[in-house]
Amino acid sequence: MMLTASQFMFYFFALAIVIFSILTVTSQRILRAATYLLFVLISTAGIYFLLNYQFLAAVQITLYAGGIVVLIIFSILLTSHVGVKFDMVGWKKRLATGIAVAIGAILVITTILQYQFEASTEAARAVEMRWIGLSLLSYEKEGFVLPFEVISILLLASMIGAIIIARKEEKNESNN
Amino acid sequence: MPLDIYDFSSFTQWVHQSLDAVMSPFWVITTEMVLVGLAFLTFYAIVGLMLVLAERRICAFMQCRLGPNRVGPWGFFQTIADLIKLLFKELIYIKKADKLLFNIAPFIVIIASFLALAAIPFALGLHAVDLNIGIFYIVAVSSLGVIGILLAGWSSNSKYSLIGAMRSGAQIVSYELSVGLSLITIIVLAGTMQISEIVELQRDGWFIFTGHISAIIAFIIFLIASTAEINRGPFDLAEAESELTAGFHTEYSGIKFAFFFLAEYMNMFIVASLGATVFLGGWMPFHVYGWDGFNAIMDFLPPFFWYIGKTAFIIFIIMWFKWTFPRLRIDQLLTLEWKYLLPINLFNVVLMATLVLLGLHF
Repeated sequence: MMLTASQFMFYFFALAIVIFSILTVTSQRILRAATYLLFVLISTAGIYFLLNYQFLAAVQITLYAGGIVVLIIFSILLTSHVGVKFDMVGWKKRLATGIAVAIGAILVITTILQYQFEASTEAARAVEMRWIGLSLLSYEKEGFVLPFEVISILLLASMIGAIIIARKEEKNESNN
Repeated sequence: MPLDIYDFSSFTQWVHQSLDAVMSPFWVITTEMVLVGLAFLTFYAIVGLMLVLAERRICAFMQCRLGPNRVGPWGFFQTIADLIKLLFKELIYIKKADKLLFNIAPFIVIIASFLALAAIPFALGLHAVDLNIGIFYIVAVSSLGVIGILLAGWSSNSKYSLIGAMRSGAQIVSYELSVGLSLITIIVLAGTMQISEIVELQRDGWFIFTGHISAIIAFIIFLIASTAEINRGPFDLAEAESELTAGFHTEYSGIKFAFFFLAEYMNMFIVASLGATVFLGGWMPFHVYGWDGFNAIMDFLPPFFWYIGKTAFIIFIIMWFKWTFPRLRIDQLLTLEWKYLLPINLFNVVLMATLVLLGLHF
């Protein structure tokens, strides 16, 4: 069987995602697990690039790889030492995890196999950035202005919350 | 072989067609990717060597010294000699380090700068990938480099490395915000993120002139914030040699140290070319709207030289910063970003939006 370039890249990224996902949950060193997670997220971005959805790919890299993984690594840096190694989990936990994973996998796979995917003959189009921006702020049909504004308020609220938590108590300052 | 230094698209077309004639589409893409990769690797090495030499000469010039002047004319081959020395140096193995992450870290830093380099337009038709989201892509992939620095600092199992990595993490994450916002100001003016379109829109005048006040503020903020983002002086707290030996790469030796060193210079080159592209028109010659004779004279110089000239100008400014300002303290650094640059930047985006809405730009 001769693969086309995009099929080859798909299998490459899919394989990378599977391998690094397994390594992420089985690694006994916490920062290595975080690094494997980074590779999983970057491979996912690669699949988005393959689908020509460049915007989502860049969002994936900025938010997950550049944002969340950096946050995770930062907290590991502050709390854990290089020599720390986690113990292997006991057989009871392993069994329970195995059953949960098997049920989840069966559910997902049967759902995907039952769904009738309709193959489109149209060429893949790039989603234009301008179009995303316009529909995010449009209040007509198929516009997303309400969810956009609700999310902005949610973000503002969480930011204020973070500042209040991080702020020093005024009492402490007067004592100093 | 049609090689036109004013428009490389005929050359790249010719390469594509002649490959297409001899092999299947799969191998055409593979070969083209390998060719582009080799071209970038060569370019990367040459630019890295040139920049190290330029840094040493400029530093010497600022300090009234001569700088490297023994190896070759004006010390031209000094960095090549240094490179050979670095290649032959022993790679020191650290007993209690996390070996895997210690070895991966330099590659993450290098790969991040390679990814960003792919979207830089060098001349008309000389552009590896022209993504729809060009600028967003560069901002996204350049945020990956910090992960390599953090991993290097932690896995070395040394307190100097760890402190350096923490500092550089806090610094890069904060200043990324300012770089992003100053680029957004220009995206508001351009109305697109595609880099080829951004360059084309500057045919009648570079954005720093057409966007006047707001673009100039954005340019200054971009220069300051990107100098901090690439960990260069006066913001080089991550490797403050007087306090932290060498910061996050203290434990690295030989070619692995050279990787960090090279990536740092390449990142400087990338931010300089990004600044040149977005604010100073990239490879677009200096044009004034309506002065057709003047524009024709300016077009005489090939686009590639315009691009290199503008990039070199910004690199010189960044080096000038390093050798004339004293290093900031970490609290001063964060105050500068969060209390000054960020509010000015947010105000500037609104100002630019107003200018565009009222049609007050050229």
